[in-house]
Amino acid sequence: MSNKKATNEYQAKYAIIGNSAGAVGCVEGIRRVDKEGDIILLAAEPYHTYSRPLISYLLLGRTDEQRMKYRPDDFYSANGVQTLLGAENEVLEIDAAEKRLRLADGSTVLYEKLLAATGSLPFVPPTKGLDTVANCFSFMSLDDAQALAAAISPESRVLVVGAGLIGLKCVEGIAERVKQVTVVDLADRILSSILNAEAAEVVQRYLESRGIQFILGDCVKEFKPNMAMLQNSGQQLEFDVLVMAVGVRPNTALLTAAGAEAERGVLVDEHCRTSLPDVFAAGDCTQGYDVVSGERRILALLPNAYMQGDCAGANMAGQAEVYKNGLALNSIGFWGLHIMSAGVYQGEALVESDAQHYKCLFVQDGRLNGFILVGDVARAGIYTNLVRTRQPLDEVDWPLLQVKPQLMAFRPAERAQKLAARPAASSDLEQQKGDKA
Amino acid sequence: MKRVYVQEQWCLGCHLCEYACAFANSGQEQPGAGGLDMSRALQGRAINPRIKIEEKDNISFAVSCRHCEDPVCQKSCIAGAISVKDGMVHIDQNKCVGCYTCVLVCPYGAVMPAESGQVMQKCELCTERLNGGTPACVAACPNRAIVFEER
Repeated sequence: MSNKKATNEYQAKYAIIGNSAGAVGCVEGIRRVDKEGDIILLAAEPYHTYSRPLISYLLLGRTDEQRMKYRPDDFYSANGVQTLLGAENEVLEIDAAEKRLRLADGSTVLYEKLLAATGSLPFVPPTKGLDTVANCFSFMSLDDAQALAAAISPESRVLVVGAGLIGLKCVEGIAERVKQVTVVDLADRILSSILNAEAAEVVQRYLESRGIQFILGDCVKEFKPNMAMLQNSGQQLEFDVLVMAVGVRPNTALLTAAGAEAERGVLVDEHCRTSLPDVFAAGDCTQGYDVVSGERRILALLPNAYMQGDCAGANMAGQAEVYKNGLALNSIGFWGLHIMSAGVYQGEALVESDAQHYKCLFVQDGRLNGFILVGDVARAGIYTNLVRTRQPLDEVDWPLLQVKPQLMAFRPAERAQKLAARPAASSDLEQQKGDKA
Repeated sequence: MKRVYVQEQWCLGCHLCEYACAFANSGQEQPGAGGLDMSRALQGRAINPRIKIEEKDNISFAVSCRHCEDPVCQKSCIAGAISVKDGMVHIDQNKCVGCYTCVLVCPYGAVMPAESGQVMQKCELCTERLNGGTPACVAACPNRAIVFEER
C-alpha cells in the first residue's frame, strides 16, 4: 500500500481522480491485469461509490443509500484501493511533467499512471435574479437529491427548468410528493437530446396524463424569489422550489489546465489516453470515439464511462486494449413507460407507431445507424448490437428484424455461433478485445 | 464452466422448457413437501419464463442468457446490480431499479422484466434452487435440444 508520510505526500503506482463509473471501471481494469500495484482513489464527495442515475429512484423510494452503492461495501479493500475522499482531498492541480497531484489541503500525490474521471457539472445559465431564489437545486448528486427531498412538501409547487433526461427523472422522483410540477424548456419538445418530435409527443402526452405541465419553446428571463418570468410568452410562474436542469458540461478544467487537448470534452484516443503522458481519462469529461459517426463525441452515459475506465485501467497496467465501439445509448422510463434510444439519427427513418408506442429505425448505406423505441422495448439489445457492430443488413433477414428484434433473422451458422458455441464475450465486445493494438 | 447450449436442429418447438423454467422459478416447486406439480402450479397463469422459444415456419429454438465471459450487461448496469459469480452472470434484484439498460445492450435479447416490471430477470442456471444441478429447462427438454455442458 501507499506510504503516508508526515507531510501528507502520498505516492502510488496508480492514481484515480473520481469515484463513479469511470473510476470503478478503472480499478477493475487495472486489477484484471495487475493484482498488486497500489491504487489511490481521490474524490471530493465523501461517499462510497454510488450510482448517480439512481438519485431519482431514491426520491421515488425504489432504492436507498445502501442499495444504490455502485459496488459492494468491501470494494476498495478487496481491490487494494486506498481512498482519499472528502473536500480536503479535492484535486486542485495536475502537474503532468512531475506526475504529481496537488490536493485542497496542500497534500500531494505522486503517481506513475493517472486516470481523470472528473465527470460533468450542471450547466446553470446566468439568469437575472437567480441568486434571489432560496430553494434552488441541481439534480446531479446524492447531496442534491437529499437537499431537494428536504425542501419539498405535499404543498410544494415545483418549477423544473429543463425537460432533458435529468430534469424529467427528477420530475418522476418528486411528482407524487408535491402539489404541482411545471417543466419549462427552450426546445420545442421534451427529451430533445434523445427523441425526435413524434416520439417526444408520445412521451409528453403520457407525462401530462400523470399531471405534469409543460411549457416548451420558452425560457426564464428573470427570477424573483418565488416567481419566474418567461421570455417568450411573458407568463409569470409562481413556485416554491426550483430545480435547474438545463444541461451538463464536461468537467474538463483540471485536465485542460494541465495542458490536455480538449474540444468540448477532453480528447482521448482509442486507448483512453489524453494528450498528456501517462494521463488517461474516462467518462463524461471526455470526447472519445463513437463507432457510428466515426467522430470523437461526448457520450455522457454511465455504460460508456465504465467501459472507458475499464479500458484505461487495463492500459495503465500495461495491457494494450482499445475501446472504440462506444455509442450513444439511453434507456429511461417514467412510471412504467420505457424509452430507449441508440446511435445516431441519420438515414432513412422507418417508423411504426400508435398512441402508446413508437418505433423508429434509422438505416443508411445498408446499416442500422440508430433507433428510438417508446413503449415496446423488448429485446432491443439485438438492434443495439447491429448498430454497434455495424453489421451489414444484407447479412440478416432485415424485414423480419423490422417487425421485432429476434435471433431468427440471423443466418443459421451465425445463430449457432450465438447459441451453441461457448460465448467468449458479449459479441459486440469481441471486436474490441480481438483488436489489440 | 457448464453452460446451457441450444441445438436448434433438435428443437421440437414444444415450449416445455418455458413451462419448466416458469415452474422452477415460481417458488411452488417443493418435491415431496406438499408442493404443487407443474401443471397445477401454472394452471391458468400467464407465464414469464427466463428462456423463450423463437419460432418461424419449421425452425424453432430456445434463447436464454449466454453467461458471457465479458458481459456487456454487467458493464452497462447503472445500478451495479449485475455481477459475475464463478462465471455465472447474476442480477441482484434487490439493487436493480428496472431501468432496462441491460435489455438495451444484451445482444441475445436474453434479459427481460420480472412480473412486477420493476426489476429484471434472466436465466441464472437454476443455481438458487439446485446449486449446480441440471437446470429445469434442460431436464424438461424431451429431445436434448437444450444441453448443459462444458464446452
